[in-house]
Amino acid sequence: MNVAVEMNAVRQGESLDISEAGPAPKRIIAGFGFWIFLLSDIVMFSALFASYAVLAKASAGGLTTVQLFDQRNVAMETALLLLSSYSCGMMSLAINSRRYLATFLGAVVTFLLGAAFLKLELREFQGMIALGAAPERSAFLSAFFTLVGSHGLHVTVGLAWLVLMIVQLSLRGFQDVVVRRLHCFSLFWHALDIIWVLIFTVVYLMGVLP
Amino acid sequence: MRYGLLAAVLLSAMILGGCDGGVLDPKGPIALAERQILINATGIMLAIVIPVIIATLGVAFWFRASNERARYRPDFVYSGRVEMLIWSIPLMTVLLTGTVAWIAAYDLDPPKPIASSTRPIKVQAISLDWKWLFIYPELGVASVNHLTIPVGTPVSFELTSSGVMNSFFVPQLAGQIYTMAGMVTRLNLRADYAGTYRGLSANFSGDGFADMHFNVDAMPPERFAQWIASTRSAGPVLDSKGYTDLAKPSAAVPPFTYHSVAPGLFDSIRMSSMQSDDALCQGYPTSMKAEK
Amino acid sequence: MTLLGKLDWSAVPLDQPIIMGTVGGMVVAIVSILSWVTLKGYVPYLWREWITSVDHKRIGVMYIVLALVMLLRGFADGIMMRTQQAVAAGGAQGYLPPEHFDQIFSAHGTIMIFFVAMPLVIGLMNFAVPLQLGVRDVAFPTMNSISFWLTASGVLLTNVSLAVGEFAKTGWFAYPPLSELQFSPGVGVDYYLWSLQLSGIGTLLSGVNFVTTILKMRAPGMSYMRMPVFCWTALASNLLIVAAFPVLTALFAMLLLDRYLGFHFFTVDAGGNAMMYVNLFWVWGHPEVYILVLPAFGIFSEVAATFSGKSLFGYRSMVLATMTICVLSYTVWLHHFFTMGASASVNAFFGITSMIIGVPTGVKVFNWLFTMYGGRVRFTVPVLWTIGFMMSFVFGGLTGVLLALPAVDWQVHNSVFLVAHFHHVIIPGVLFGCMAGYNYWFPKAFGFRLDERWGKAAFWCWFIGFHLAFMPLYVTGLMGMPRRLQHYDVLAWQPWLLVAEVGALVILTGIICQIVQIVVSIRHREQLRDTTGDPWNGRTLEWSTASPPPAWNFAVLPRVHELDAFWAHKQRVLAKQRLPVRQHAYQPIEVPKNSPVGFATAFFAVVSGFALIWHIWWMAGFGVLGAAATLLAFMFRTKDEVEIPADQVDLFDRAHPVEVSL
Repeated sequence: MNVAVEMNAVRQGESLDISEAGPAPKRIIAGFGFWIFLLSDIVMFSALFASYAVLAKASAGGLTTVQLFDQRNVAMETALLLLSSYSCGMMSLAINSRRYLATFLGAVVTFLLGAAFLKLELREFQGMIALGAAPERSAFLSAFFTLVGSHGLHVTVGLAWLVLMIVQLSLRGFQDVVVRRLHCFSLFWHALDIIWVLIFTVVYLMGVLP
Repeated sequence: MRYGLLAAVLLSAMILGGCDGGVLDPKGPIALAERQILINATGIMLAIVIPVIIATLGVAFWFRASNERARYRPDFVYSGRVEMLIWSIPLMTVLLTGTVAWIAAYDLDPPKPIASSTRPIKVQAISLDWKWLFIYPELGVASVNHLTIPVGTPVSFELTSSGVMNSFFVPQLAGQIYTMAGMVTRLNLRADYAGTYRGLSANFSGDGFADMHFNVDAMPPERFAQWIASTRSAGPVLDSKGYTDLAKPSAAVPPFTYHSVAPGLFDSIRMSSMQSDDALCQGYPTSMKAEK
Repeated sequence: MTLLGKLDWSAVPLDQPIIMGTVGGMVVAIVSILSWVTLKGYVPYLWREWITSVDHKRIGVMYIVLALVMLLRGFADGIMMRTQQAVAAGGAQGYLPPEHFDQIFSAHGTIMIFFVAMPLVIGLMNFAVPLQLGVRDVAFPTMNSISFWLTASGVLLTNVSLAVGEFAKTGWFAYPPLSELQFSPGVGVDYYLWSLQLSGIGTLLSGVNFVTTILKMRAPGMSYMRMPVFCWTALASNLLIVAAFPVLTALFAMLLLDRYLGFHFFTVDAGGNAMMYVNLFWVWGHPEVYILVLPAFGIFSEVAATFSGKSLFGYRSMVLATMTICVLSYTVWLHHFFTMGASASVNAFFGITSMIIGVPTGVKVFNWLFTMYGGRVRFTVPVLWTIGFMMSFVFGGLTGVLLALPAVDWQVHNSVFLVAHFHHVIIPGVLFGCMAGYNYWFPKAFGFRLDERWGKAAFWCWFIGFHLAFMPLYVTGLMGMPRRLQHYDVLAWQPWLLVAEVGALVILTGIICQIVQIVVSIRHREQLRDTTGDPWNGRTLEWSTASPPPAWNFAVLPRVHELDAFWAHKQRVLAKQRLPVRQHAYQPIEVPKNSPVGFATAFFAVVSGFALIWHIWWMAGFGVLGAAATLLAFMFRTKDEVEIPADQVDLFDRAHPVEVSL
């Protein structure tokens, strides 16, 4: 027989500290795990940031940050992404109160704002490449395209995920697993915002410093 | 018992190694000081390590399950005094060796010139695939896979690489330093005794790596002057074309000399794989920053 | 031709008898195993019980099997290197040409670190951590299976490089510019990068999984200071994985971009900076050392406590030391390149931090010593590995402190002295630890103990062979011998290298003893059977359930009141002089459902990896789409769990009584 049976019987009725409460519910575990994953993603970005910081001035005779960056475009990109974070937050509130329509609306607005951000970013990349500032040109441009492009790639994955979640939501409704995933998505989306704020500061603002 | 054997092996190793032109057989002030630190630190550490090994064996043996005389103390799982002791022993050891490390890192810093009444001679070393090129910029000659230096005169090296990273190392004279394309590293050494010492690349650099060693001839100043004179009298010219030919990958190249060197060749080699203005040195060693 | 990218028949080294012989042997072995399995009709069993299993115990066992198989491959590389260096003196070139020798030492390092040490450690954590925590599985069981199979894909790609193409010729850390396209135009570096990217993602997911498991899933009552030390070290190790492996992923991505798309991160021209690679590599690389060695320290702690019949001495001190190492491991990376010309203050700083990390490590050694003090030490196989470790490791630590002194490091860096040092910490530290863990937990996993006599013979061969193989390298290192030499002209080195060769042969004998040990143990499994679930008089919760444990681990989650929960429980039973009365009504238990997602993802990962290495773009696209489709299908799966009915649990518990000797 299982010894645990006996162990369980000992000293019942003692109150449990939170660290002694036994395995957490699934909702907590999934969210916590996703937090840890996001932290690892941020560590990955920190390596890319470090390489950008080292190579930012290594333009090898090509175009430099001051010549390339268009502050108006970046301001628009930032505004779009921050707004999408706001709508994502509204979506989370709607999920918590289990309102379908508001959730859908939040998801669609978030998607559109994210897609508009991507569109602007791609336009910026195309413009730079047309000027001869492609990633193969210099170490600075390699680091720039990799850092900003990785963020863009994350946004793309986020958008695909959001579409899937809209599909799942319409097929399954507010099942536990769907709600968990929607919450993970919103964590992901806000984390991308944080990374963008850092990119905005380290790459664009510091890049146009005289 | 096993460790007695081990100590014997190491001791004989030290002696044998000492006879055989390695780290333990220094022929110049830098390598001598480095060996002294090696020996001191080993001594400090052995004072801890040997008792621990003996205690491990002793405790394990005495407290074997079959030993009736050993006292079983299952509750001996915490003791403030013991804890204090076992944190402070390693801490104090580290304090001691840390001080040694700190002082030595400054004293023996490779770019630091060696104090001497004789004017140092300059040598520019370039690692190529897979050979060494040594340029004497003040004397206008160069040699491949062979380094000749005067005894008692400090030698000040500037080092770079044509591409792949290597490490310039003459164990009996000084510690090693990396050679990297587009970068200059610095190293100072002096030979106090005439002789032939083994030099090598210590960092793997490709298929021809095993043959990237060379002899260092340390000779009295008069003979060094003769060597310069004879080198100037014969041999090819090292200009940018000569360099391009030399830079083609080849292994186990027999030593030879150039009777003259185009001025500024070292800088142009460094510039040819020039990285950028100063980006590379952001937050990087001042010794290298000074070169930019 | 373009349909297959760069791949054609010239990729298969038909003219190399050594390689083709090895490949032939491997192919024959794999084909015969596969056909034996098929003919015996084991395929459905393997598929159902192992390949698609998401049970942490099964996955742990598969990790360990993978690691032990790769240990053979890595050791074969090692002994080939030793043999080459034993003969290639003076004018002799030995039997391995440079282009082959260079692949062998690169493969040896890569395999031993990523495909032996990592899976051994992760496998043991997989097996033991949930059991020690008193829970039924890890936080994300399906992800656990994906992690394992991604590691296996990395292994597969590395081994394919033997037959098709070549492996990296750059050393296991692939420093640019040597690893850039300009200097390594072949596919070797691509094999290296893609296999490590795949297995690295697997490892990262594992890290996320275990951090979550340990922090959020513990038996009721198990507060942090009641966790077994192995769980603490596993937590530290997985925190390091989460914080270090993404750097490696980013770093390899950058090198891949350089090689595939002409970027300039580390190239010699256009502003690239190879020093950045070296820095970032060791920002991952040094924590990696502790990722491997901390769980091994945990195993030594468990073994020392169990077989001394005492709690671990200074538990709090041990936890503190573990977490201190975890943090400090990020402050020492520069000691891997004191020779790169950093300023004196930078060198001195990193030299001292590297020594400081020796303090908590030293504390651990003393704590094990005091654990045995006042104990009743039973000299079982795990204890032999532990004592062997303690004696060797302090010496490895000594040479480590020497290397942390910048002024000494300049003299011995990149030499075989360095090689001797890191083998001196990794073999006694990690490998001895895993061997102790393997012998310690084997009865829990399979229900019978391993043969002691062959186990002891294996230990002595390893212990003696290890010292014979690596002590001479300290000597030749001090004599100025650099690492990775295909041939040399200093005849004074040769006698020492011959001794090292003998050492390698003694280790080989040790490996043979281990193979015999497992064969003998399987044959005598009835005599070695563990019916109690507690063969060693254990202290932690894994010994409170049957050997092997059921899929649900514990019928009822144990309630924990103190450290060494099972031991304390046994003491209570002894005090009361009566066995526990079965009084509990069993509940049905939900266990995670098997899933082929891990296997399928890994299959597509191998396809994409291979295609990318050979520039077969259509196939790479197919692989990526396949993997995406697999994950998509998983996302739409409706049922994650299956229910085990209460009477089945009851039945199992009746059949497997846990006996507490009165």
